[in-house]
Amino acid sequence: MHPAPSIILFTTLSGFGFGLLTFLGLGMPNYTGFIAFVFFAIAYVLAVGGLLFSTFHLGHPERALKAFSQWRSSWLSREGICAVGALIVMAIYGVGRVFFAQHWGIIGGIGAILSLLTVYTTSMIYAQLKTVPRWNMPLTSPLFMALAITGGALLAAQVKIAIFMLIFSAIIQVAYWVMGDGRLAASGTNMETATGLGHIGKVKAFEPPHTGTNYLMREFIHVVGRKHAMKLRTIALVLGFVLPVIFLLLPFGHIFALFAVLCHIAGIFTSRWLFFAQAEHVVGLYYGKR
Amino acid sequence: MTTLPTSTQKKLGLVIDLDTCVGCHACVVSCKGWNTENYGAPLSDQKPYGGDPSGTFLNRVHSYEVQPDEGAAQLIHFPKSCLHCEDAPCVTVCPTGASYKRVEDGIVLVNEQDCIGCGLCAWACPYGAREMDAAEKVMKKCTLCVDRIYNENLPEEDRQPACVRTCPSGARHFGDLGDENSDVSILVAERGGFDLMPEMGTKPVNQYLPPRPKDTMEEFDILAPYLEPVAKDAGGFLGWLDKALDKLPGNSAGGAN
Repeated sequence: MHPAPSIILFTTLSGFGFGLLTFLGLGMPNYTGFIAFVFFAIAYVLAVGGLLFSTFHLGHPERALKAFSQWRSSWLSREGICAVGALIVMAIYGVGRVFFAQHWGIIGGIGAILSLLTVYTTSMIYAQLKTVPRWNMPLTSPLFMALAITGGALLAAQVKIAIFMLIFSAIIQVAYWVMGDGRLAASGTNMETATGLGHIGKVKAFEPPHTGTNYLMREFIHVVGRKHAMKLRTIALVLGFVLPVIFLLLPFGHIFALFAVLCHIAGIFTSRWLFFAQAEHVVGLYYGKR
Repeated sequence: MTTLPTSTQKKLGLVIDLDTCVGCHACVVSCKGWNTENYGAPLSDQKPYGGDPSGTFLNRVHSYEVQPDEGAAQLIHFPKSCLHCEDAPCVTVCPTGASYKRVEDGIVLVNEQDCIGCGLCAWACPYGAREMDAAEKVMKKCTLCVDRIYNENLPEEDRQPACVRTCPSGARHFGDLGDENSDVSILVAERGGFDLMPEMGTKPVNQYLPPRPKDTMEEFDILAPYLEPVAKDAGGFLGWLDKALDKLPGNSAGGAN
């Protein structure tokens, strides 16, 4: 799959934003007034900023409101509704925290659930696609949710939870990579089933439909990520999980906490880039590629 | 709604005969010609005369080489367009309701006024049937020439998809695959028509007919295999050269064929 910067920025940033909102909704950290305002501002910049990046991916962003209508069938529509719901509920809760020094527990709890649901709906947009076997598996949603909770814990300065979640997420991340590598072969889709010509013999792409490239090849066939996959996985693992744990285990200091957050963000961007760049869409088989 | 109809009154679709398709791409040209100036936004080209030409097509013809275990390889031309699936994943993923499957005839269409150009339907399609137009930024796909097949302003013989009407080798057929007595359904039953990527569970309406088996030379006499070959070795100058070279030290490359 083509790793579109708009989608990588969107899923990563909004994952962090809604992860932080989840913790804020549960009253962690327990600040009020101006410090609470700073935490909410960071969460909204990340969540709303991510959503804005997603509109750059649209051909007609001016029609984006229509995307709230098909929640009965479309995960993308459900994501939009959950995101707006979470942002509204958490804004009400944030007003209580910042201006009235109140912890409206029920509203915060609902906001936290909606925030996590938003991340879940985002993950289902990818996990539902049978056409991309590497995404169409049970670990895709746990990976997105674990990463959002990890990032949220880091940003919410919940050190103990963050250390636990970093280790937990790293395990899910590695498991996702290992399982993902066998998914295309396990899906049973190959050039023979794609063309239905397997009963005659081995199928080989002889001539593509056009001499030039096309939308399908630009969007679905991407080989650079796969070439460097092992190096990028190592970088993602070290930056995203190993270094943040080390920084958090050092004697506490704001500068180390900042390093931990920045390393984690860089690591998750690398992981998310690979999530797209490494994924094979079955339409590539019609071109003899993957 | 982008939920799929539980059943459609008709299942209009194409039957594509891989045995008779000659790979001339006339269906590609006629499809682009008709659809760029009729239903919806035109099918744009980018740098059509430049160094890196590309453009939107609703129908593309691939060519495959298939190598059987024994015998010569076969070249098979393979036209591919929207298969108007019964369980169309492109429809259910659409967040705006722009993608829909018609209850009356099963055609899958895009309402371009509602399309936000997110591209998710193209991601959900295993066949590469949907292409985002780079100029109009909306999703384009085969309409089964919905503006021809019911068009009473056209002569009756033209009321079929442009690709079918233009195919010079009769490799494309159009009809109701939901009616088991229709010409296309009988053709599919007789020739063993098949689905593309059946494991995807999309239940495509369009069917593909396999290439007929290649015929083989008949044995003209059952004793023929037992006859002595007429000529074992090459004679004349080549025969002498063959023997002379064999006598030289070292192995001859290329084996004993």
